Amino acid sequence: MEGSSKVFEVSPLWKHVRKEWKLYSFLVLPIIYFLIFKYAPMIGNVIAFRKYRGGPDFLGTEWVGLQYFKMFMKDPTFWRAFTNNLVLSISYLIVRFPLTLIFALLINEIRRLKLKKFVQTVSYLPHFISMVILAGMVKEMLSAAGPINALLGHFGVEPIAFISLPQWFPTIYVTSGIWQGLGWGTILYLAAMTGINTELYEAARIDGASRLRLAWHVTIPGILPTIMTLLVLDIGGIMGSNFEKILLLYNPLTYESADVISTYVYRMGITGGNFSYATAVGLFEGVIGLILVTTANTISKKTTKSSLW
Amino acid sequence: MKETSSSRIFQGINALIMTLVVFFTLYPFVYLIAQSFSSEAAVYGGKVSFYPVDFTALTYKVILSKPDFFHYYGNTILYAAVGTLIAVTATSVMAYPLSKDKLRLNKFFIPFVLFTMYFGGGLIPNYILVAKTLDMRDTIWALVIPGAISAFNVILMKTFFASLPNELEESAKVDGLDVYGIFLRITLPLSKPILATITLFVIVGIWNSWFDASLYIQSKEKWPVALYLRQVIETAISPTEIGASSEQANQIAATVKSAAMVLTSLPIICIYPFVQKYFVQGMMIGSVKG
Repeated sequence: MEGSSKVFEVSPLWKHVRKEWKLYSFLVLPIIYFLIFKYAPMIGNVIAFRKYRGGPDFLGTEWVGLQYFKMFMKDPTFWRAFTNNLVLSISYLIVRFPLTLIFALLINEIRRLKLKKFVQTVSYLPHFISMVILAGMVKEMLSAAGPINALLGHFGVEPIAFISLPQWFPTIYVTSGIWQGLGWGTILYLAAMTGINTELYEAARIDGASRLRLAWHVTIPGILPTIMTLLVLDIGGIMGSNFEKILLLYNPLTYESADVISTYVYRMGITGGNFSYATAVGLFEGVIGLILVTTANTISKKTTKSSLW
Repeated sequence: MKETSSSRIFQGINALIMTLVVFFTLYPFVYLIAQSFSSEAAVYGGKVSFYPVDFTALTYKVILSKPDFFHYYGNTILYAAVGTLIAVTATSVMAYPLSKDKLRLNKFFIPFVLFTMYFGGGLIPNYILVAKTLDMRDTIWALVIPGAISAFNVILMKTFFASLPNELEESAKVDGLDVYGIFLRITLPLSKPILATITLFVIVGIWNSWFDASLYIQSKEKWPVALYLRQVIETAISPTEIGASSEQANQIAATVKSAAMVLTSLPIICIYPFVQKYFVQGMMIGSVKG
C-alpha cells in the first residue's frame, strides 16, 4: 500500500512532510490524544486474555488464554443478557425504523411552513433531555398515582406496577425511545427530501399520480441512499443498547427482561470488580458489533451502491 | 393548483396526527410542571393531570432556599465551560489539516480517526485507564478529557473546513500569513456556524452527563447537577437533607423529584428553540460522508 505508488516516486514522502510540516504539526497532540484515549483502551482489552490484578498496569500480569471466555459462555446470566439485548434492540429497530420514515414523509407533506417548523422544533426537543430526566419522567408517568394508571383507572383497570414487572420492560424501553428519538431521527430524511428534483414531482403530478404514489415512486427512491445508510448503522448497533437508560430504569425485579450485555458488564466489572471477566464480555459485544456493521455495509454497497465507507 | 377533496381530507388527517405527536411530546413536561406545584394529597391521590391541583410552590421554595442546588449547578457550569473550551479547540485543530487534500498522510490519518466510530475500548478498559492508570479520579479532568475529541465532531468540522473557498486562503498566503495565521485569522472566523454547532453539542453532552461522574467523582461536593438529580430521583436523598422541616417532609417527598427535574431541564428547554437550527445544521453537514 505505501511507498510503491507512482506519486511517491515523483516526490519522496519526507520531502512532502518537510514542505507541509506546519500543517502536520497541528496533528501531533490530537494524534497522541487518540492513541491514549481511544487506542490504548482498545489494547487494554488484552486483559480479557490476561489476569488483571488492579492498579495502574492496565495490560494485566499473565496470560490465561480463553479462561474468561469459557467462563461467561457457561454463565446463564450472560445468555439471558445476550437474549434480552437482541430482543430489545430488534424490537426497537422494527418499531422505530418505519415510524421515523412515515413521520418524515408526513412532516414533508405539511404545507404551512410555520406549522412545519413548529412540529419539527417540538419533536426534536426530547432528544436534548438528559437520560436522568427521561428515566425520572418515565417513573413518574408510570407510578401508581401517575397519569397512565389514572387513565387506566377510568376504564376500571387496577393500578399496574409497570416499573417492577419484567413483562412491561420491552414496551417501556421501546416507547420511551420513540418519544425521545422519533423527531430527531427524521432530520436526515427531511434533508434528503429537500434534495429531490422538484421536476420529478411535477412530471408525476401531470401524469395524475396521487399523493401516495408520489411518496412511493418519487420520495422514497430519492431518499433510498439515506435509508440504507441509517439501516446499516442501526444493524451495526444491534449488539449495543441504550446503556444509560437501562441502568436508570431497570432494577433486580426486572433483570429478567431488562439486563443487557452492557449493564451486565457494568455490574460484573465496576460493581463486582471482576475486571477481566467483564472485559471479555464487553470485547465479545464489541467484536460482534464490528462484524455486523461491516457485513451490513458490504451488503448495502453491493445491492444499493450506498455505504458508510 | 386546485385542491382536490381527497387532498383536503389528507391534510386534515395529517394535521390531526401532528397535533397528537405534539401533544404526546409535550405532555410529560406539562405533567411534571403540574405535579411539582400540586399538594401531596393531590399527587398521591392521582388527581394531577394537566394543571396544578391545590397550588403550592413550597417545594421550590425549600430547594431554592438552600445553596445545594446552586452549588451542583455551579459544578456543571464549570465542567461545561472548561470541557467546551478544550473540546472545541482540540477538535478544530485536528480537523483543519485533515480537511486538506494535499496532505498525503491523511490517507492514513482519516481512517485512523474513523475507525474509532465503529470500535471502542469498551467500559472496563476505559475505566481502568482513566481511574487507575492515569489516576484522574475525583478531578474535573476525568469528566472533560476522555471525551474531548469525538470522531463524529472531527469529521463534521473537517467537512465544513473543506467546503470553504480556497481563494481566501490563497490570497492570505500572498499577503504573507503562514499556516497558523491563516487558520486563526481566516479559517476560524469563517467557521462560526460549525463552531457554534460543535460548542452546543458539547455543552448539551456535558450538561446531561452523569454516568462518568458516577464512575470517577467520589466527593459528593464535586458532583454535577445531573448526578445530584439522579440521587434525588432514586430517593437516596431525604427531604430533610434537602432542607425541609419535619412537617414539610411529606409535601417535599411527593413533589421534590418533579421540581428537581423541572429546575434541571429548564435551561436546556429555554435556550433550545433559539439554537435548534445549529444542531440541525450540524446533523446535515455530518450526513455528508467524511
